[in-house]
Amino acid sequence: MNRFSYARPSDVADAVREGRPGDVRYLAGGTNLVDLMKENVERPARIVDINRLPLHDIDDLPDGGLRLGALATNADTAWDKRVEERYPLLASAILAGASPQLRNAATNGGNLNQRTRCYYFYDTATPCNKREPGSGCGAIGGVNRIHAILGASAACIATHPSDMCVALAALDATVRVTGAQGERAIPIADYHRLPGAEPQWDNTLAPGELVTAIDLPNERFTEHYTYLKLRDRLSYAFALVSVAVAMRVEEGRITQARIALGGVAHKPWRVPNAESVLHGETPSQNAFLAAAHAITEGAHGHGENDFKVGLVRKAIVRALAQAAAGTPQSQTDKRVA
Amino acid sequence: MATTARIGIGSPLSRVDGIAKVTGQARYAAEHKPKDMLYGFIVSGAIAKGRITGIDDRKARGVPGVVEIVTHENRPRTAWLDRSHQDQLGPPGSTFRPLYDDKILFSGQPVALVLADTFEAARHAATLVNVAYEAEAHNTDFDKAVAERYMPSKKRDNYIAPKKRGDPEKALAKAPLKVESQFHLAVEHHNPMEMHATTIEWMDDGSITVHDKTQGSQNTQAYLSSAFGISASKIRVLNPYIGGGFGSGLRPQYHVYLAMLAATMMERSVRVVMTRQQMFTHVHRPAAEQRVTLGAEMDGRLTAIVNEATTSTSRYEDNMENVVTWGLMNYACPNASGDYAVAAMDTATSGDMRAPGAATGMTLFEMAIDEMAEAARLDPLAFRLLNYSEDDAMNGTPFTSKALREAFAEGAEAFGWAERKAEPRQMREGRELVGWGVATGMWDALFSKTSAGAKLSANGDLEVSSAGSDIGTGTYTVMTQIATDTLGLSPERITARLGDSDLPTSPVEGGSWGAASTGAAVQMACQSIAAKLLKAAGKVDGKPLGSAGIDDVEFVDGHIVSKTNPAASVSFTDAMRAAGLNSIEAEETATGGISGMISQMRKSRNTHSAIFAEVKVDEELGVVRVTRIVCAVAAGRIINPKTARSQILGGVVMGIGMALHEETMMDTKLGRFMNHNLAEYHVPANADIDAIDVIFVDEPDPEVTPLGVKGLGEIGIVGTAGAVANAIWHATGKRVRSLPITIDKLQD
Repeated sequence: MNRFSYARPSDVADAVREGRPGDVRYLAGGTNLVDLMKENVERPARIVDINRLPLHDIDDLPDGGLRLGALATNADTAWDKRVEERYPLLASAILAGASPQLRNAATNGGNLNQRTRCYYFYDTATPCNKREPGSGCGAIGGVNRIHAILGASAACIATHPSDMCVALAALDATVRVTGAQGERAIPIADYHRLPGAEPQWDNTLAPGELVTAIDLPNERFTEHYTYLKLRDRLSYAFALVSVAVAMRVEEGRITQARIALGGVAHKPWRVPNAESVLHGETPSQNAFLAAAHAITEGAHGHGENDFKVGLVRKAIVRALAQAAAGTPQSQTDKRVA
Repeated sequence: MATTARIGIGSPLSRVDGIAKVTGQARYAAEHKPKDMLYGFIVSGAIAKGRITGIDDRKARGVPGVVEIVTHENRPRTAWLDRSHQDQLGPPGSTFRPLYDDKILFSGQPVALVLADTFEAARHAATLVNVAYEAEAHNTDFDKAVAERYMPSKKRDNYIAPKKRGDPEKALAKAPLKVESQFHLAVEHHNPMEMHATTIEWMDDGSITVHDKTQGSQNTQAYLSSAFGISASKIRVLNPYIGGGFGSGLRPQYHVYLAMLAATMMERSVRVVMTRQQMFTHVHRPAAEQRVTLGAEMDGRLTAIVNEATTSTSRYEDNMENVVTWGLMNYACPNASGDYAVAAMDTATSGDMRAPGAATGMTLFEMAIDEMAEAARLDPLAFRLLNYSEDDAMNGTPFTSKALREAFAEGAEAFGWAERKAEPRQMREGRELVGWGVATGMWDALFSKTSAGAKLSANGDLEVSSAGSDIGTGTYTVMTQIATDTLGLSPERITARLGDSDLPTSPVEGGSWGAASTGAAVQMACQSIAAKLLKAAGKVDGKPLGSAGIDDVEFVDGHIVSKTNPAASVSFTDAMRAAGLNSIEAEETATGGISGMISQMRKSRNTHSAIFAEVKVDEELGVVRVTRIVCAVAAGRIINPKTARSQILGGVVMGIGMALHEETMMDTKLGRFMNHNLAEYHVPANADIDAIDVIFVDEPDPEVTPLGVKGLGEIGIVGTAGAVANAIWHATGKRVRSLPITIDKLQD
């Protein structure tokens, strides 16, 4: 871990001011950043500890939505009564991730900004364009069973590891950020980015910008939803593939279906056009399969992760069936519903 | 006189070191902080093979607090003879010497050690040491290495060559039923909770105390003495508490060498702790490939076994395991042969990990047996009973005991095996296919010459001691129980000591010989105390015990009591006072004796187990849940059913990991293991573990070891993964022959 300077401001304006000079990282729960610093992957010259900022609350929005403070912990968010009742998909996705101890420390803003779990990104003795632009990608042609099958580039096949963000994508959340230029709101779909030629950038935050909150719109998918996560053990592992579904069913027909995928791309994967193939359909295996193929069109593996292409399609079909039936996946019963 | 119920052998005494461990009072190797201690941080190499062309440590030396950076260029001299660097358990070859020269033998090899006043400075400076390499072509692809498999000319000490019987080729040619399958096991790393660590205390008088994470204090002591040319009398190695070993601490690892190198160079106390990532740069269970060919009559009687296996090793040492012998020993079959070889790769040397050889070879063999049972259209348990061998079928010798048949019966009863549907894919619950599988486990019942001491104080407190280790297995507790049993003292009056090279000689803790061997030595030492006490009691006025001999008395609650006249007794205190003794001491060595040696040659000594597994597999998605395991164990006399059960539970959990999770993934281009952390190297989590039922079947065996104890450290893992794999077949109809069975292997 390198030497760094440290500041602990108590309001957002100060934090953003502190955050402006060059090589700075905001420290919240520290569950990912501190690990990466120990591994010498992150080497910030300056740490701005934001834990004293007044961003810990979860507040109702006037339009009936909910604002999740960036510093509210994942645990407090998942167990918040309003989140449980109005956004059970989000609660479920959060509880599918990490362990109770980590969720108690990890924050919502930090969850958005966590880095990939690519083996090569974590190992400074190996090439990685995300960690060291221009050094190459070790995972292409290397050990890549956890890697991307959609939206990857010749420079990077890493995935975004979050569960929470997959639900946020399905819920059309908005990320609120503050920077030197003031505040702005970024739709979740535009928050994370694909790697392209510059995989060092995980998201569209400008340097020094700080996440202050996540807004959930007043669209309550409380009946037809699910978060299905498949991984290498039954708990405490990152998703090989995961599927968040938020659906409306009226008079036996699907009127709206949102499908977001985790573990398959550099960002939570959504294809709104593909979702529309379900509109007006009665729930059926065939309809689900058509949607699964549409959303994963162009998916391809890199050797060890070839299996993900078929697996994610099966997972989508199952998740759609769970959502349509109103039988969401339990995150405590490890049997897949 | 109250005759309290004996809480010695056979009672479920709770772990005597448990409270110290859960309250943080137990101090581990990295929790000692001598005065003026330097922190060492290891710099790990980046390439698999080649040489170091230059080390630029200028930036690192500029970090405030950095005191020295040790490399092959500036290290102090150590013993130059190769054999001076060998340890008690090293396989044939040339032992790896850290920072010896510019050669790189494996990825992650230590290339420098940064010494600083603080851990943080050392760790930061380590990232600034710039090492330049000239890489050479390497091979870390096991399949390629297998093509050049070889039998080392010099064999490892404990290697047992498979013995051929009959004419298996001919029998196979004639066999109406034939199964030929190839199996694969991934490299696994031990991953004990405690990372390897050493704190060296540099004493003012030039002596050295080494707090080390090792499974053998005296092995480490001898190794350091020999490698550094320092008299063993000046080196004391302490390892009273070990946060798990599983074999990773059998041989001295490079952390202890580096700590000693730094301490002798600086003449200061030094601590070196490996990172979790560095725990993936040394010993590991070898990758294995095993080809099993079986022939049988139409009725399922085995007529031929050909059992061939290859395991991985390094270029510099030939680590060998007994992989193919188990199947040959366990099944009655007139024609059988085995073939074993190693395959060298540019990695660190593989080594012993819980049930080395058997966890691999018996498990994979049991998967082949399941395939033959299917071919013979027999229930896999019935198939095993049909081919049951009362004797050691490879060596033609009887077992001292083998209650495997009883283990099968009791295990099957507890599991409800009789309800099993014969064909696969016939049992389901909703979307899940249900499968039941069975396998046999087998391990050696080892005994190793061990000494123990006992000291009885005038106040009636007893200390028993041996240089051995308790790697979490319960050795302290077992010693306490045996002493309790022998001298009739309550456990609270007894202190068991382990983990100190100054204590009576003991071998490295491993191989499941600890309880049998240390236990026997403790019993002898306590018996010796008993004899001395009785003699002392003769000095008590009026001789209350008359001329009673040792067989005429019992030792109860701190008293010697006449068996024939319970009213006649002498307290230990009175006896010692009468004889003018402040304490009574004894040291004894358990060897098994001459009769034991003869018996060793004439009889086979093994533990056995029957494992029954239930899995539920999501039919479409391939998600596997192990919902039930019954492990019925035949392991002779059980000293402590509580710690014994814990041993088996741990072994079964590790077996589930072998079946479904554990795999260290190699990037063959870089020659480097890539998932070197506990986020990506998966061991079972709580959610992966459901009901595990442990049964100990009655197996009296006074012959196997002096106490009739067989040891339990390894048997729980052996075969478990086979039972799970066989259950997955029964659920899905799919034979996955490569462990671990991850979800990708269950996709169509």
